[in-house]
Amino acid sequence: MTILALTDLTKRFGKQTALDAVSLDISPGERVALLGHNGAGKSTMMKLILGLLTPDGGTVQIAGHPPGSAVARSLTAYLPENAAFHPSLTGREMLRHYLRLRGQDPRGADALLEKVGLGDAGGRRIGGYSKGMRQRVGLAQALIGTPRLMVLDEPTTGLDPISRRDFYALLDELAERGAAILLSSHALSELEARTDRIVVLAQSRMVAQGTLADLRRAATLPLTVHLAARAGQGAALAQAFPEAQAEGDRLILACPQEDKLTVLERIAARRDLIADFDLSSPTLDDLYAQISGRENGRAA
Amino acid sequence: MPGRVLSTAGIEFRIALRNRWVAVGAAMMVLFSLVLSAAGAGASGLAADPLSVIVASLVSLAVYLVPLIALLISFDAVAGEAERGTLQLDLTYPLSRSELLMGKLLAQLAVVILAVLAGYAAAAAMAFGAGGADAAAGLGALWRLTWTSALLGAAFLSLGHAMSCVARRASGAAALVIGLWLVMIVLYDLGLLAAVMADNGGAFTTRVFPWALVLNPADAFRLFNLAASQAVDAASGLAGAANSIAIWKPLTSLLLWPVLAAALARLSFARVQP
Ligand SMILES: Nc1ncnc2c1ncn2[C@@H]1O[C@H](COP(=O)(O)OP(=O)(O)OP(=O)(O)O)[C@@H](O)[C@H]1O
Ligand SMILES: [Mg+2]
Repeated sequence: MTILALTDLTKRFGKQTALDAVSLDISPGERVALLGHNGAGKSTMMKLILGLLTPDGGTVQIAGHPPGSAVARSLTAYLPENAAFHPSLTGREMLRHYLRLRGQDPRGADALLEKVGLGDAGGRRIGGYSKGMRQRVGLAQALIGTPRLMVLDEPTTGLDPISRRDFYALLDELAERGAAILLSSHALSELEARTDRIVVLAQSRMVAQGTLADLRRAATLPLTVHLAARAGQGAALAQAFPEAQAEGDRLILACPQEDKLTVLERIAARRDLIADFDLSSPTLDDLYAQISGRENGRAA
Repeated sequence: MPGRVLSTAGIEFRIALRNRWVAVGAAMMVLFSLVLSAAGAGASGLAADPLSVIVASLVSLAVYLVPLIALLISFDAVAGEAERGTLQLDLTYPLSRSELLMGKLLAQLAVVILAVLAGYAAAAAMAFGAGGADAAAGLGALWRLTWTSALLGAAFLSLGHAMSCVARRASGAAALVIGLWLVMIVLYDLGLLAAVMADNGGAFTTRVFPWALVLNPADAFRLFNLAASQAVDAASGLAGAANSIAIWKPLTSLLLWPVLAAALARLSFARVQP
């Protein structure tokens, strides 16, 4: 069963294509992260899902209903990027309003504020909130009721590291209760172990999809080896590893996964020249750069 | 549905209260009403009671101020929310565009009515202070002025909403409503007067002019109030016109304008893509 189904979804703004034939299914309880460079089409895709924009091609279905329909609206929660609630209202007033719009008891506002860590600030005007506090008002309104589908556009911007952790814990809880979650993010490192699936958009097209492990396997990125020479042995070391790049007093060496052992043997053999070495796996940022960069190259 | 409209109206009224629109609107109306009453009190050569005399001068005040206040309160309604990014959020809630507009209109109409009531109450207090119990004869005219002011306000609030949808940005909407006010309230009358003078009693004056007056909500407001109280409005320069037009015409115009303007606002809102 799928709660969200996109087929060949396409959106153009004038001549520019903001989303190009994207197909995607999300099941209840699934957490999906949407990655992509600025202008890749993440927000556009979310607005199409919410019925705020009308597609130029393809379809969106939310539990079988068209986006923007009464049923779809009642099933979906949204956190827009950069929502700035009216500065003259207090956090509590804002949430009471949103609760009433969803036909819920406005007395639930305090519990929601508590949940996002705004328990003490609920009576103050939003104009006096910090950036992170304003973001939490947005999060709180997205938690109203029991949404079956949550669409969160860069939900963790402005949150400190502890709040981010709390936020993802909250998502886990919601996903366990069956909510499907689609969120976009630029912070790759925080997505590890937080999402079931990653979808990468680049130049308005979907270029990769899968678990983090899937993506890593497909990417075949090299490891990076840092070598530090013993005093006075810099030139000799550079000769021993001619393929390495010099950076300051260190050498940097790219090492394909399958050559790991060979490189280690070479290092051990020249221990007279080497003071220290470091071996690092590719980071998520490297992985991401490769996935979207490869696609950029092809598009260019 | 009423719950969602009322909640929207409640939030909007609170915003108006905190942005001091309620206080500023009421202060403007009170101040101008008092000045007009003081100025008009001595010049009552007519047989009318003191309140009726004041109401006649309040009509020409309200015709400028009520649309101005209404437009100033309403221009931010859609453009401001679109700019803040809350419009797209509101539209993902189970809240229709009509309900959203209706909620805002209700709250802003309450603000206009409060301002108008404060101003007219101050003027009435002056009249009763000066003329004693005689002034009671003018209460009917005052009541008429009050509810027609509410209709006039409602029409211009919705026109402000339409401008807000067309402009998309709050600053652009502000410019549009000031332009609209100048055209509909000031230039329209000046243009008509110039045309009447040039026409010199010809077909324009007898055929087109009365309809042109009735079609503009502000002129309809003025005509209706003056004709109904049979007072002479020296300030408007349209004296005499009031007597030649059947009273149902400006009344119908006043009743239709809020509805048509609300429909126009709704149509413009439909074209806004958040
Ligand atoms: N209303 C609009 N009118 C015209 N072009 C638009 C509009 N909205 C988005 N675009 C264009 O569509 C493309 C995708 O934009 P979108 O906002 O979806 O990017 P994004 O992936 O969310 O980027 P970011 O990471 O910066 O938030 C961009 O090139 C943008 O210029
Ligand atoms: Mg975006």
